[in-house]
Amino acid sequence: MEFDTIAAISTPSGEGAIAIVRLSGPEAISIADRLFRAPSGKTLATQPTHTIHYGHLENPWTEEIVEEVMVSFMKGPKTFTREDVIEINCHGGITSVNRVLQLALRAGARLAEPGEFTKRAFLNGRIDLSQAEAVMDLIRAKTDRAMDVALGQMEGRLSKLIGTLRQALLESIAQMEVNIDYPEYDDVEEMTRPMMLEKAEWVKTEIEKLLQTSSQGKILREGLSTVIVGRPNVGKSSLLNSLVQENKAIVTEIAGTTRDIIEEYVNVRGVPLRLVDTAGIRETEDIVERIGVERSRKVLKEADLILYVLNYAEALTGEDALLFEAVKGMNYIVVVNKTDLPRQIDMEQLQELAGDKLMVTTSLIEEEGIDQLEQAIADMFFEGEIEAGDMTYVSNARHIALLHQAHQTISDAIAAAEMDVPVDMVQIDVTRTWEILGEIIGDTADDGLLNQLFSQFCLGK
Amino acid sequence: MPQFEAGTFDVIVIGAGHAGVEAALASARMGANTLALTMNLDMIAFMPCNPSIGGPAKGIVVREIDALGGAMGRVIDKTHIQMRMLNTAKGPAVRALRAQADKVLYQQEMKRLMEDEENLSLHQGVVEKLIVEDGVVKGLLTQAGGIYRAKTVIITTGTFLRGEIIIGDLRYSSGPNNQQPSIKLAENLEELGFETVRFKTGTPPRVNSKSIDYSKTEIQPGDEEPRAFSFETKEFILDQLPCWLTYTTAETHQIIDDNLHLSPMYSGMAKGTGPRYCPSIEDKIVRFSDKPRHQIFLEPEGRNTSEVYVQGLSTSLPEHVQRMLLESIPGLEKAEMMRAGYAIEYDAIVPTQLWPTLESKQIENLYTAGQINGTSGYEEAAGQGLMAGINAAAKVLGKEEVILSRSDAYIGVLIDDLVTKGTSEPYRLLTSRAEYRLLLRHDNADMRLTELGYKIGMIDEERYGRFIEKKQRIEDEIARLRKVMIKPNEETQAAVRDAGGSELKDGIRAADLLKRPEMHYEMIAKLTQSDIELDEEIKEQVEIQVKYEGYIEKSLQQVDKLKKMEDKKIPDGIDYHAISGIATEARGKLSEVRPLSIAQASRISGVNPADISILLVYIEQGRIAKISV
Repeated sequence: MEFDTIAAISTPSGEGAIAIVRLSGPEAISIADRLFRAPSGKTLATQPTHTIHYGHLENPWTEEIVEEVMVSFMKGPKTFTREDVIEINCHGGITSVNRVLQLALRAGARLAEPGEFTKRAFLNGRIDLSQAEAVMDLIRAKTDRAMDVALGQMEGRLSKLIGTLRQALLESIAQMEVNIDYPEYDDVEEMTRPMMLEKAEWVKTEIEKLLQTSSQGKILREGLSTVIVGRPNVGKSSLLNSLVQENKAIVTEIAGTTRDIIEEYVNVRGVPLRLVDTAGIRETEDIVERIGVERSRKVLKEADLILYVLNYAEALTGEDALLFEAVKGMNYIVVVNKTDLPRQIDMEQLQELAGDKLMVTTSLIEEEGIDQLEQAIADMFFEGEIEAGDMTYVSNARHIALLHQAHQTISDAIAAAEMDVPVDMVQIDVTRTWEILGEIIGDTADDGLLNQLFSQFCLGK
Repeated sequence: MPQFEAGTFDVIVIGAGHAGVEAALASARMGANTLALTMNLDMIAFMPCNPSIGGPAKGIVVREIDALGGAMGRVIDKTHIQMRMLNTAKGPAVRALRAQADKVLYQQEMKRLMEDEENLSLHQGVVEKLIVEDGVVKGLLTQAGGIYRAKTVIITTGTFLRGEIIIGDLRYSSGPNNQQPSIKLAENLEELGFETVRFKTGTPPRVNSKSIDYSKTEIQPGDEEPRAFSFETKEFILDQLPCWLTYTTAETHQIIDDNLHLSPMYSGMAKGTGPRYCPSIEDKIVRFSDKPRHQIFLEPEGRNTSEVYVQGLSTSLPEHVQRMLLESIPGLEKAEMMRAGYAIEYDAIVPTQLWPTLESKQIENLYTAGQINGTSGYEEAAGQGLMAGINAAAKVLGKEEVILSRSDAYIGVLIDDLVTKGTSEPYRLLTSRAEYRLLLRHDNADMRLTELGYKIGMIDEERYGRFIEKKQRIEDEIARLRKVMIKPNEETQAAVRDAGGSELKDGIRAADLLKRPEMHYEMIAKLTQSDIELDEEIKEQVEIQVKYEGYIEKSLQQVDKLKKMEDKKIPDGIDYHAISGIATEARGKLSEVRPLSIAQASRISGVNPADISILLVYIEQGRIAKISV
């Protein structure tokens, strides 16, 4: 049997520090090689099968390094699906794992259907006949569960929001179709490029907003990924320990397959924090020296929240200024620690550097200021765009992937409209966007357009 | 009634409307000994509704019919009173040609063509029943007792099956335009187990041109440029007649409001399902009550008649109300109504009972095409007729069946929709029904289909030679444009500036420059100092193919994916009810449609991706089981 190449996140979301994106199919290796950069410069295709390789994923379109990964390379047929299989082990956060998945999709893979890996295993003869029924049950169950997720969100604001976007697109599409199919009808306003553009821009912005909430969804599931930074000896470890002890942390120790990572989950006044990985924090120990290094920047960039610790008893240095530069534009709280010691720091200058960011003074040794810090974290979280209790958020990897696709197609439509491509061709991408959004909420009924057409316009030969 | 042997044929086509004539001509052309049997030889290819052919999507169907060797395009090219290219301000995918027909000339020309066709006999007769033995059709019996024997039979009876005309509270058994309906045949089909639905359509009144005050209307002329549907037409009709535009008024709407209780649609007298895309005037006014006026187009029915078709005023209100309506419309105040509008109800067979070849699933060698399959429109009928004719002849001649895919042709979209999804109202093609409309263009119908037409014997050597030459010229010119560099010299910059674009920074390949929205083929040809003489058609194709390469490429990739699913055949005879994983609704639908491929299965409404996955597993399981035995 010949199949295309599929990809999916194959680890449960939010349950591990490591996540795996799995690819299977004839193009798996070439897709991986398009993204993977080994330190040796060797491609996976040249490696012996069933080996694991350390390296980075690079976005080939921007040539930007995206992830540090371990890649398992398994040539068929001795694999689960009997096809060539690539497993990309990456950081467990939804943002990073989704980024990896999106890259794989962009590089030519198709998002796997529920249960599709198992199905292929069967179709390729990996699972024997007696298990066929089990496979069918599995496909049914997985699909139903996926539907449940969709249905669960259906009642929520997500489906309403998507429904609104689709309706807006549909009205434009219908109008366009009427212009095409009934060119002489004078009562239907001619759809113009600016009209199409306006609608498309709006939808694009809304999709972007939704995609942003995908990280908020992740917060609820996985905790706010929090990184503590600062020069050596400012009290970063003490801060970590204080937060953990104060909040009876749910400490999980998960030994990853590629490296040891320990994450600390704490719940701070209703805000789940994931104090990320010791490896990460170890790295950030010498953040100042490595400030120019790509990886350090990346650790910061990936954080949802940065706790930037300064020493009350030391004057500000150039390194601090550099750090302020590095965290610019990110969510951070300035923690001025060691207030038990005589003040050396220039608070006025510090205030200037911190701008409107929250600033908290603590003495971790005296256990002072922790309350205020926790309150600051909670405030920052809840005063954001997120409304507690009634959140529209996207967390399902499938939905995120589809939103990314929709974002791509609507962007294509906008680019085409700006280039003066005829409006009915622009509409091809608009229609595609409408279809993709429909997949998210499970509405793929194809008579929608015709119904819209005939209810919106008075038509006749 | 004594019976007699009336003749033996390979293919018999019942009916000679737009589906029937294409079916009969195609079958004969393929080499099958064919009979076209119609109730009335004077009604061949009659247009009971609007005197026009083509329009968006439909016009492309006419091009496709022509590219496959069908007749509609050739005949309308000779018999139109005006032609217009529509959607010229839009992209190339949606351009379409529409002609106003001279109704009578069209019929005469079509009849002539049929009479001249080798292998084709034309008989008048009313079919009473089919002769079916062991689930295979063997021929038919006429009212006069004639037994016609045939290897395959194609039914193209349009709206005749139990047809009933309704005007106000007047209701009588009739085919369109007061022809005799088919009642016995309808009963026979029911006995044979066909499931039918009751559909309805309608037509507006006709008025005498001499009684119209055209000064109160707007003129709608045809295009000045010569136009033709057929790729083979070289002589163009330049002497054209205009149409005229007027509007309904507040008074019109008041009359309808006051008399709505007399409308069979609202009194409950008419029960058939009408098409939403072609509503009656009373429907329009009830459903869109806020619209102050509706367009009315006045279309001459021919050069040698004064009858004018009042497009937009389709109605089944009583005759006296129709007269009042006309009087309320500017230009028609004194109009003399020659024929009243009417609604017609008829039986259509549920088209999911057909294979994609249009052969019946119940009765072997029996095909149906046209309005009997639940469609509306001459072009939709003709497209189906052509395919049914081709397939019925192919079956007799032992040739391979011909199924157009959704990416081959609008005809493919039409037939796939019918046999896969069925239809709950008279089906009309719309551009939005095609997923790959950028590939299914007006200009490239020959590129899509003529090769196939030649292969199956519908296109002769001579025409094929011309086609190959045209294709070659297009390819050569595109190749040339991809190679030639245009230098950013003063001439180029001036040309680019004049077109409203920004100047070149560097040399650029001609094809890439043509991709700019403001650039057109002629400019590029000039800049590349080409002395190659090319037909307008070729220039158009070159420009479209180069300019929209990116979009076309994207569509082709989608088609490629679809193709893989099309290639996954589903063996016939699967018992869907025995497959435990498939949802109940999907089982029912799959059993009814009996899709031929996974792609077709996935298009059935109510069959979801999980069902498709399980179906795949099941099919594969069958294969594995066979191997292990």
